[in-house]
Formats: sequence, structure tokens, C-alpha cells
Amino acid sequence: MAEKFTKGMARNIYYGGGFFFLLLLLGLTVDTVRQLPERSNDEKITPEVALGKELWETNNCIGCHSLMGEGAYYAPELANVFDRRGLANEEAFKGFMQAWLAAQPMDNPGRRKMPQFDLSQEEVDALAEFLIWTSRINDNDWPPNIEG
Amino acid sequence: MKYTSQLVAKPYFIMALILFAGQIVFGLLMGIQYIDGDIGFPAIPFNVARMVHVNLLIIWILFGFMGASYYLVPEESETELFSPRLARITFWVFAAAAVATVLGYLLVPYAELARITQNHLLPTMGREFLEQPTITKFGIVLVCLSFIFNIGMTILKGRKTVVNMVLITGLVGLAVFFLFSFYNPVNLALDKYFWWFVVHLWVEGVWELILGAILAFVLIKVTGVDREHIEKWLYLIIAMALISGLIGMGHHYFWIGPPEYWLWMGSVFSALEPVPFFMMVLFAFKMVRERRRQHHNQVAVTWALGTSVMAFLGAGVWGFIHTLAPVNYYTHATQLTAAHGHLAFFGAYAMIVMCIISYAMPILRGRPQGNPVSAQKVEKFGFWAMCIAMSGITLALTVAGALQVALQRIPESGEALSFMATQGELMGMYWVRLGFGVLFALGLVAYFASFFVGAKTVDVEARAPLPETP
Repeated sequence: MAEKFTKGMARNIYYGGGFFFLLLLLGLTVDTVRQLPERSNDEKITPEVALGKELWETNNCIGCHSLMGEGAYYAPELANVFDRRGLANEEAFKGFMQAWLAAQPMDNPGRRKMPQFDLSQEEVDALAEFLIWTSRINDNDWPPNIEG
Repeated sequence: MKYTSQLVAKPYFIMALILFAGQIVFGLLMGIQYIDGDIGFPAIPFNVARMVHVNLLIIWILFGFMGASYYLVPEESETELFSPRLARITFWVFAAAAVATVLGYLLVPYAELARITQNHLLPTMGREFLEQPTITKFGIVLVCLSFIFNIGMTILKGRKTVVNMVLITGLVGLAVFFLFSFYNPVNLALDKYFWWFVVHLWVEGVWELILGAILAFVLIKVTGVDREHIEKWLYLIIAMALISGLIGMGHHYFWIGPPEYWLWMGSVFSALEPVPFFMMVLFAFKMVRERRRQHHNQVAVTWALGTSVMAFLGAGVWGFIHTLAPVNYYTHATQLTAAHGHLAFFGAYAMIVMCIISYAMPILRGRPQGNPVSAQKVEKFGFWAMCIAMSGITLALTVAGALQVALQRIPESGEALSFMATQGELMGMYWVRLGFGVLFALGLVAYFASFFVGAKTVDVEARAPLPETP
């Protein structure tokens, strides 16, 4: 590096650059937070959806599954499980969820195991509502196909 | 050691390494569960093992950062630590909270832990990496405040070097961004948006400041290169880290709800994220080449060079591979992400902590010249075994991720393999990963063993004259 480039200049790039891009991030955040309610159908968050999210969290589902591609990669993606397993039919999906959660853990030697979470029928319905709502968030058309 | 209060760093380093060992144990368990899902079930289901693996990682890196700060800040400030007593109390509070939380994960079902800790009062649990009970999160905030207060007061009364200022900026940022972990809105899209303010702005933001400061400190000490020169590089590296990393956060916003403009903003800026890491490689090798003296602690130099290279490969190259939106559309949430995560965390953060431990621990143990050559040899073996093993893990997961893209992502619906069917096809790669995991564990054992090698020679080397420090 040429000696003309001093420590003072480097410091100014750090402070100036850091400050500028922090401000830009703040601006983009304001805009994103304005757009997110519409992109996520915020008005459709019912108490059931909220309960579903709470159950999703308190049972640490993210410890095995991914949701919108975030989480663990040990078990299938669930942001589009409504489309994959419920064929986008709400009643069919709730029926599937009841049966699926009741059947865990499955007796299938060597296969990855899902624990039994002992959820009530209402709780499983709430979880289903949460996943249905999640599947409708505008996510720029991810994932590429139904398999997630 | 120049200031006796630097000794408070020692328990932090020891605790960091103990938790590191725990992290590897649970990593091995998960490596096995990827192959045979019955192992450990239902006593330790995968989600619990993963939570312990990742939480231990975060906690031990934090212990490492704290130990590093308690060691280097008094020396940089040229004054004793503001309150060694407070640092010791903080250590025990943090250690107790960490152990209690991990035991909570292991001993009761997670939903039960949420009930016991009254998660409903302020729900923050159950989000990736932020699984800690809310009360633990409050504990972390208290520990961070006490730690930053102590470090801040020390810097205030002493010399304000660039290393000190960059370090404290990073630490304050770490504490401030952690506050977003208390924000958990009902709207998942909003929740995810701000979740990244903790996760991304930590590891691809303020932690890089901490990493840079620690690396600069070690390089000043072991190379004797002019401080002005090193500080100039440090400023440039962290400038690039923030310039690329702040908006680079957009690469996480492609598919979780935020608007389309993040697709190109995230792609462009995150494509620049390898730059600071590449500069770190140039920096470390340049300083070592221009060194003014030969420090006897050669293995600390090895760690300093190693961390820059592995961080560049893991965070830089392996991040770049899948950071562009059109690529990420297919690779998002595949094993490629896991490959990148492993090499990046190991290279950047695990290795920088081992680097400062390698430099500071001998001094704290009364060996100012570093450990005896016999111990350094064993430590170098551990270094290479862990680096090779982590590279192997990364390559195995990269192949697995590429296969996953080919089988599960690229074909149309109806032709693509299902997630579980694809996983069956990846089994060979999971075996390779597990094999390298075992090698990693062996490397760790060797690394630990190096602390106990050659104690007899210490006296002689301790009396030898110390190389001059600028």
C-alpha cells in the first residue's frame, strides 16, 4: 500500500462507510416494515394463528424442520407443507395434521424420528392454521417446487 | 503478563474450552442421528442435540471473547482492569446460567422448560439460536452489561488504542443487537426480519470487529510490526466488513417475506462480503512476513494465519458460492448452508478464540515465551487435525448440498424427489461427514493434551529474556 494512504484515511472510511450503510439499512428497514403487513396478510392473523406460532416455538419445531428455509435441515420444509400434504385444502390439511401428529413417533427402524408432543385437537388445528397462514406469505415464489 | 488483573481471563478461557468439548460431543451425536434416527431417541431427540450443539457454540465463543477482552484490554490500555472482582463474579454468573440452561434443554421437554420459565409472560423462546429461556436472555444482558462496563471503564482510564476502540465498538454492538432477541411479534415475517438483526449483525457484523481487534492484537505481539501499520489495516478490514455486511444482510431476506429489492441489494452487497476476509488473509501474511522479531510462541502465529485463511474460505468463499439470489433460490436451506455455517464459524470464531488462547494462556501460566516446543508440536497437530477435519466436513456437506439441489430442487414438482427420499440418497456423504467429525474430535483431544505437555521445561523458558514488545 502506498504510504500516502494514511491511518486517518482508513479510519474515515470506517466511520463514514459504517455510518452511511447503517443509515441506509435503517431506511430500508422502515420501508420493509411498511410493506410486510400486506405481503404477509397481517390482517388474517387470527388468535388461532397466534396460538399456532406459540406452539411452533414452545415445541422447538425449528430444531429439526425449516420454515421458509430457515431452521434445521433434518426434517422437511414446512412453509409449503399446506400445499404439499393438504393439497391447498384447509379441511384436508387439518385432517392430515391430526393424523400425522398422533402417529408420532412412527415405528420405522433407523428412520429419523419425530417426538410425540401430546398436543390437544384444538392445538393441532391452531398449528395447522399457523402453517396455512405462513404458506400464503409473499416469499418471491420460493421454494422452486412442491417438495420444499 | 504485564498486569496482574489480566489473570481473570484464565477461567474464561478454560470454560470456553470445556463448553467447546461439549459442543463437539453433541455434534458427533447429531452426525450419528443423521445416519440412524433411532440413536439417542427419545432421550435426546435431534432438536435437543442441535440446540445444545449450537447454544454451546455461541456461549463458548462469548466466553472466549470475554477472556480475550479481559486479557488484552489492560495490556492495550496500560492499566489494571477496572474491577477484577466484578469480572470474577460475572464469570460465575455466566457459567452458572450457561450450565443451568443446557441442563434445562437436556433434562426436561422443551415445552415444559417454556412453562417452567414462564415463557408466556414474554415469549422469546423457540426461535433458531435464540432458544434460551427468556430469563436466561435477561441473564445474558446483565452479564454483557457488567462485562462492557468493566472493559469500558478500563479503557476510559487508560490508553485508547485503535484495537481497544474497535473491540469495545464490537462489544457494544453485540449487546445492542442482542436486544432484538426480546422482540418476537406474532407476525412471522416481521419476527424473521428482526431475528436477523441478532444473528446476521452479530456474525457478519460486529463479531468481525471483535475478530479483527483480537487478530490485530496478537499480530502486534508476535510480529513486532509497527502498530500504526497494523491499525491502518484493521480500520480498512472492518470498514469493508460493515460496508458489505450491513446491506449484505439482504441475502437472508430473499425468501422470507421482505420486498423484491432485497434480491439485488442482498446479492450485490453480500457478494462483497468475502472482501474483508480476503484482506484479513493479506494482512496476516504480510505482517508475519514483515515481522521484526521471532516470537518463541510459533503456534500462536500458526493460529493467526490459520484463522484468516479458514475464515476467508468458510465465510468468504463458501458464503459467496450460494449468496447470489438466482443461485440461492435453489440452494437455500440445503446442506450447502450447513457446509458454509460449519467452516465459517470454525474458521472465523472458533479459531480466533483458540488463537488468543494459544498466545495468552502460556503467559497466564507463567510461560512468557510460549509453551515448550514439545507442547507446541502437539498443539500444531491438533490445529492441523481440526482444520483438515473441518475442511472434510465442509466438502462432504457441499457434495450433499449439491446432490440435494440436483435431486430435490431443480426438477419440476412431480419429478423431484421428496425431502426424505433425497436424504436417503445422501447417506454416503453423511458417513464421510461423521468420519471427519471423529477426526475433529481426535484433533480436539490432541489440542487439550498440549496444555499438559512438557511442564518441566517451563522454568527454564520462563527465565529466558522476553522478545521486545512495541
